[in-house]
Amino acid sequence: MSHLTDLPTWAAVGVCSLLLLGAAMTLIGSLGLLRLSNYYERLHAPTIATSGGTILICLASMLCFAVLQSRWIFHELLIIFFVTVTTPVTLALLGQAALYRDRFEERNGVPRKHKPESEKSTD
Amino acid sequence: MRTWFPYPLLTTVLLVMWLLLNQSLAPGSILIGLVLGMVLGWVTLKLHPARSHLHRIGRAAGFLLEVIADIVRSNIAVASIILRAHRFPANAGFLTVDLDLEDENALALLACIMTATPGTAWLEYDRRQKTLLFHVLDLQNEEVWRGTVKRYEAALKEIFQ
Repeated sequence: MSHLTDLPTWAAVGVCSLLLLGAAMTLIGSLGLLRLSNYYERLHAPTIATSGGTILICLASMLCFAVLQSRWIFHELLIIFFVTVTTPVTLALLGQAALYRDRFEERNGVPRKHKPESEKSTD
Repeated sequence: MRTWFPYPLLTTVLLVMWLLLNQSLAPGSILIGLVLGMVLGWVTLKLHPARSHLHRIGRAAGFLLEVIADIVRSNIAVASIILRAHRFPANAGFLTVDLDLEDENALALLACIMTATPGTAWLEYDRRQKTLLFHVLDLQNEEVWRGTVKRYEAALKEIFQ
């Protein structure tokens, strides 16, 4: 990648620190999967990678290519947008699956589902 | 025109997005972009999305900055919780909040915001009871979390209704 040497020092420092910070966030997110103790807590760990990690790494890429002026920074904005929009779907799906199972097994510490009056009478 | 392009704005955005992604204005790219926008417009029509009207765009910009600040803050907070998880186990728990947001798009946006801020996980929205069940990683003060969700709700209500 010879054209990367055209990057001025201040931009290189910025790109590197953003990239390292983003990578560190992603690593912390993965570490969270190991360290946190129950399923619902572990749900939070990957969201740190999808929000902090993705945004920082995309910002690094945006800064790099904006300074080099080799390409539009539109792609990174799209990545951030689509990751932000699609993560809640996965997260809610996983969370609801866990909730459904825990309620079915009647585990402690899991909030019950409120049944409306009309369904209570038929039980 | 309406039968060919049921969502003109969506088709235009898709066309522009396609051209920007390809970085070309060649007739071939424009044609593929148009076909893509048209077909996806028909698919969207089949999905029957709820229409909502945006008011107060200026408020939306302020809200966006507020959310970005919250995302940064909660990223740092959750990172420190994970790094200290060995010595201090996380004090996590479930919370329920009454919401009176009617607009489906506003609810979807609220879900995006709550997922983008680590530390809160959207679990279940009860449409009949109008309550939201969510899980919080750091349950120091329940009222603060409820207040945060209420703050988002108030802003979204202002923007969407």
